[in-house]
Amino acid sequence: MGFRALDEILTISKESNKPFWRVILENDMEERLVSEEESLKKMQQLYLTMKEADKAYDEKLISSSGLVGGDGAKMEQAVIEGKVLGGNFIGVVIAKALKMGESNACMKKIVAAPTAGSCGVIPAVLISYEEQYGISIQKMIKAMYVASGIGEVIAARAFLSGAAGGCQAEIGSASAMAAGALAYLNGGDEDSIAHAAAMALKNLMGLVCDTVGGLVEVPCVKRNVVGAVNAIASADMAVAGIRSQIPPDEVIDAMREVGESLPKTLRETGEGGLAATPTGREIKKKIFGYS
Amino acid sequence: MNVFDIMGPVMVGPSSSHTAGAVKIGYIARKLLRDDVKKAKIFLHGSFLMTGKGHGTDKALIAGLMGMKPDDERIPNSFQYANERGLEYEFSGIELKDAHPNSVLLNLVGVNGSKLEIVASSIGGGAVVINQIDGVEADITAAYPTLIVKNIDKPGYVAKVTSLLSNHDINIATMRIRRDKRGGTAVMIIECDQEVPADVTELLAASEGVKKVTYLKPVDD
Repeated sequence: MGFRALDEILTISKESNKPFWRVILENDMEERLVSEEESLKKMQQLYLTMKEADKAYDEKLISSSGLVGGDGAKMEQAVIEGKVLGGNFIGVVIAKALKMGESNACMKKIVAAPTAGSCGVIPAVLISYEEQYGISIQKMIKAMYVASGIGEVIAARAFLSGAAGGCQAEIGSASAMAAGALAYLNGGDEDSIAHAAAMALKNLMGLVCDTVGGLVEVPCVKRNVVGAVNAIASADMAVAGIRSQIPPDEVIDAMREVGESLPKTLRETGEGGLAATPTGREIKKKIFGYS
Repeated sequence: MNVFDIMGPVMVGPSSSHTAGAVKIGYIARKLLRDDVKKAKIFLHGSFLMTGKGHGTDKALIAGLMGMKPDDERIPNSFQYANERGLEYEFSGIELKDAHPNSVLLNLVGVNGSKLEIVASSIGGGAVVINQIDGVEADITAAYPTLIVKNIDKPGYVAKVTSLLSNHDINIATMRIRRDKRGGTAVMIIECDQEVPADVTELLAASEGVKKVTYLKPVDD
C-alpha cells in the first residue's frame, strides 16, 4: 500500500533519518518487489521522456479542433526578446508549460503527470530548474519521487481527475507535486516539501473543470502555466520558512470536500463555466455540429 | 495507487481516458481476436461518441486494432496506416444499456476469418475494462497476465486448470467462471500474478474438452 498521509511520510522520514524521496523510493521497491536500481531506472525513463517531449514540441502543429497550437513558440520568442516581467526563469517555465500542453492537445507523446491534461506543470518547472542551475540527473530523479509521493497521497485522500474533482484536482494536484519537488531541489527540508505542496493546493482550491467542447484544450493548456508559476511561488514561500496554517493533509481533505461539492457542470462535462459562454457554445457547435 | 500510477503513463495525448484508454481497448481486442484485423465495425457510446473526435478516440481505436500501444507516435496517422494495410473500418453511434460513458462495441473480422464482438469501457487514467466478449460477461482489465479458457461445461475442468497453474508456481489473483447454459460452453477468466509461459497455455489448449485458450499480457509491459 502507498501512503495515505503526508504526515506518515514525514514521520517515517524523521524516525529513520531518511529523506522524503528515499521513503517514497523504498515504498515502491517494497510494493512492486523491485530493486532500487529498477525503480530508479523506471523513474529516470519517465523524466527523460518528459525532456524528449519538451524538445519534440512543434510550433506548426494545430489541434484537430483548431483551438490550440503555436503559443509556446510565441512565449519563447518573448523571453528571447526580454519582453517578460517575471524574469528569464519564469518566462522559460511559462513557455515550457504551454508547449507541453499544446503537444498533448496535438496528439504528441507526453507523460501524464498526474494526468494528460496537467502534463505541462511538472516538466515545465523541473526541466527549467535543471537547465538554469545545471543539476545532476540523479538529483532530478529524486525530485520526481518527491512529486510522485505527494501525488500518491492526494490520490488516496482525494482525487486527481477533473471529472471527479474539477481542475483543482488536476492542475491543483500537479502544482502541489511540482511545488514539493521544487522545495526539495531548492534546499527545503521535509516540512518545507509538505508545506509547499499544501500552499500550492490551497491557492488553486475551487478551480473548476470547464473544458470548451469537452476537449483538453481550452482552458487546460494555459492552466498548466498557472499551475507551474504557482508551484514556484509556493516553493519559494516554503523554503523561506512560511508555513500553511492549515496542516497539509487537512488541505488535501478540504480539496476533496470542495471537489465533491462542485456541480457536475463544472466537472469535465463541458457544460458550465467557460464552456457555457456564448463563444464556448459557438466553438462546440463548429466542432461537433451541435451545442 | 503506486507512484508509477501517479507519474505516467507515457502516452500520446490528449486524454488518458479518451485516447490512451481507447488505444488499449483496440490493442486488447486484437489480442483477443488472435488475428490481424481485416474489418472493424466500431460503435461509439456516450462521451466516446460525443467528444471522441476531438480527442482522437477514433484514431486511437484503429491504432490499437493494428497493435499499436498508447505511446506509439503513429497514432495520429493511424487512418493512413489502416488504409495502407487494407484494414476496413466504419464508425457509428450506439446506445448501450447500462454502459460506462466511455464505451465502445467492436465487431471484428480477422484476416483468417476469425470473428469477435466485444464491449469495452475506458474508466479513467488509461485503465480499461473489457465488459463482454461475444455476449458473455468478462470484466477483464488486462492489468494482470490474464488467461481465458473456453471449455465444455462438465465437471473437473476448473480443478484441471488450477492444478496445472499451481504446478507451474503461478498464483491466481482473481478467477471468474461463466457459462452460456448448463452443459454448453463455459469460460474461465483467470488473472494471475505471474506470466503464463507458452508451454502451459499449449498444454491447456491441447486438453480434451478445451475449445480455446487465449492469453493476454498486461498492455503496459
